[in-house]
Amino acid sequence: MSLSIVIEFIINVLSMGSLYALIALGLVIVYGICKLINFAYGEYITAAAYLLVFCAGLSLPWWVAFVLAILGGALIGFLSELIAYRPFRGRSLDALLVTSFGISIILQRVFQVFISPRPKAVNLPAFMSATISLFGITTPLRNIIVIITTAVLLLVLLYIMQKTPLGIAMRAAAENFTTARLMGVNANLVISTAFIISGFLAGFVCLFWVARTGSVEPTLGASPLLIGFIAVVVGGMNSLPGAVVGGYLYALVANVLSLALPTSLLSYRDAIMFVIVICFLVLKPEGLIRGNYQEERVG
Amino acid sequence: MSELKTTSQEEREVILSASDLHVGYGSVLALHGVSLEIKKGELVSICGINGSGKTTIMRTLAGVLKPKSGKITFKGTDITGKKPEQVHKLGVALVPQGREIFPSLTVAENLRIGAFGCYKPAQYQKDLETMFELFPILKERYNQGGGLLSGGEQQMLAIARGLMSNPDLLMLDEPSLGLSPNRVDQIFELIEELKSRGMTILLVEQNAERAASISDRVYLLSNGRVEFSGKAEDMASAIDVASLYMGGKEEVK
Repeated sequence: MSLSIVIEFIINVLSMGSLYALIALGLVIVYGICKLINFAYGEYITAAAYLLVFCAGLSLPWWVAFVLAILGGALIGFLSELIAYRPFRGRSLDALLVTSFGISIILQRVFQVFISPRPKAVNLPAFMSATISLFGITTPLRNIIVIITTAVLLLVLLYIMQKTPLGIAMRAAAENFTTARLMGVNANLVISTAFIISGFLAGFVCLFWVARTGSVEPTLGASPLLIGFIAVVVGGMNSLPGAVVGGYLYALVANVLSLALPTSLLSYRDAIMFVIVICFLVLKPEGLIRGNYQEERVG
Repeated sequence: MSELKTTSQEEREVILSASDLHVGYGSVLALHGVSLEIKKGELVSICGINGSGKTTIMRTLAGVLKPKSGKITFKGTDITGKKPEQVHKLGVALVPQGREIFPSLTVAENLRIGAFGCYKPAQYQKDLETMFELFPILKERYNQGGGLLSGGEQQMLAIARGLMSNPDLLMLDEPSLGLSPNRVDQIFELIEELKSRGMTILLVEQNAERAASISDRVYLLSNGRVEFSGKAEDMASAIDVASLYMGGKEEVK
C-alpha cells in the first residue's frame, strides 16, 4: 500500500469521524442530563441549514452567515426546550420521548409548508468546495477544516466541562440530578445549557453536512440523526468521551469497509454497519465507555 | 458558621417549622400530619424504624418532595413546594442518605458544587480551610475522584459538601449508615463539634439511643406520625420505645 493511500485513508477517517463525533456529542450532552433521546436533534441541524441558505441568499459575508446559522441552531435548541420539553419535565421519560417526536414532525412539516418540500441549493463560499494538495494527495479543503474545527470545539467543550463551575455542575447533574439540585444547582440553568450546546453543535454540523450535500431539504436531519445514534450506541450513551470515540470509530469502520469490500458488495456497507450496531446492542449495550450514571430501576 | 449562642433554649428563635405535613408517593401516604420545629442552634434528631417516614420528612423539607398539604416555614419565609435549589439558596443544606457524592467528580469539584449557588472566592477559600481542619483526609485526597474514597471518607465529603454553602440549617440523613463502628464514633464526634460551633442541625438516625444522647430534642416517628417529641431523657418514660421499634403498640397490649 503506497503512502498516499494511507494518508488519504487517515484524512478521510479523521474528517468523517470529526463530523460524526460532533453529531454524537450533540445527542449525548442532552441525554446525559435529561436521560432523553432527543429525536428533534436532526431538525436542529435542518433548521440551522435553512438559516444558512437564507443568510447566504442575502449576500452577507460568508462568516456572518456561518455565525448566524450556528447561533440559530443554538436558539432553536434553547426554544424547543423552553416551549416543548419544560412543561413535561417531571413527567415520565416516555412523555418527553413522544414530545421529541412531536417537535421533530412539526418542524419537518413547517419546513415543507413554509419553505419548500424540494431541495434548496445553498451558496457556500468557494473554499468549502475547493481542494487542497497535501502530502501528495488531493482532498477537499473542508475535510481539513472540519478536523481542525472539531479539535478546537472539543478542547473548548473539555475546558467548559472541566474548569468552569457551570460545566462541573453539568457533570454533577448528569450523574445525579436530584442531589445536584440539593446542592443549589439550578435545574433550568443546567438543562437549558445542555440544549443550547446541543443546538450549537447542530449548527456546526449543518455547515459541513450541507457542504457535502450542496442542498437543504426538510428531511435533511434524518441521516445525521441516525449516524449520531449509531455512534452513541457504540461509544456509550452516558459519556461525552464515548460519543467522540463512537463518532471516530464509526468513520473508521465505514472507511475500512469501503476499502475492503469488493465493488459488488459495496452497496451493502450500511447493512454491515447495522449488523455491527446490533452486535453492540446485544453484547455490550452500555457501549465502549461506560458513564458513571446508574440506570434507575423502575418498578 | 455563626458564633456560639449562649441564650437559653426557650429564647431562641424558631428557624424552621413544619405543620401538619401530609406527604405521599403516588396514592400512598408516607406522612400523616407531621409537625415539627427547630430553633436556632439546636440539634434535633428524628428517630424511628425503617419506613417510618424519616427520609420522607428530610426530602420534603429540602424541597425534593412536594407535600399534599401542610406548611413549611424557614426563617419566616414560606418554603412549601419550593424547588430544592431555591430552598438551598435560603440556607438549608441536606446531606442525603447514602452520601450521594458525585463519584466521577474530584473531591475538589464535589466541594465546589456544594457552594454552587453562593460562591464568593474569599469566603470559599476560608470555608475550604475550615473543611480541611475538620476533615484532614479531604485535603489529602483533594484532587482524587470522589468514587475512590472509602465509605467513611465519602460521608465526610458529603457533610463537607453540605457545609460549603454555610447553611443556616444542616440536615443529616443517616450519616452513620453502613459505616464501621470507628467511623460512626467519628461522625458523632463531628456532629457534636458542629453543634458547639453554633450550627443548627436536624439529624435523622436509626441509632436512636446514640442520636438522642447528643440531641437537645428528639422526635420519634412511627408510621408517618410523630409518636413523641421532647427532651431525650423524657422519651423512655413517656412511651414504650421498645414496642415501637419491635412491632407497634397493638401487639404489646
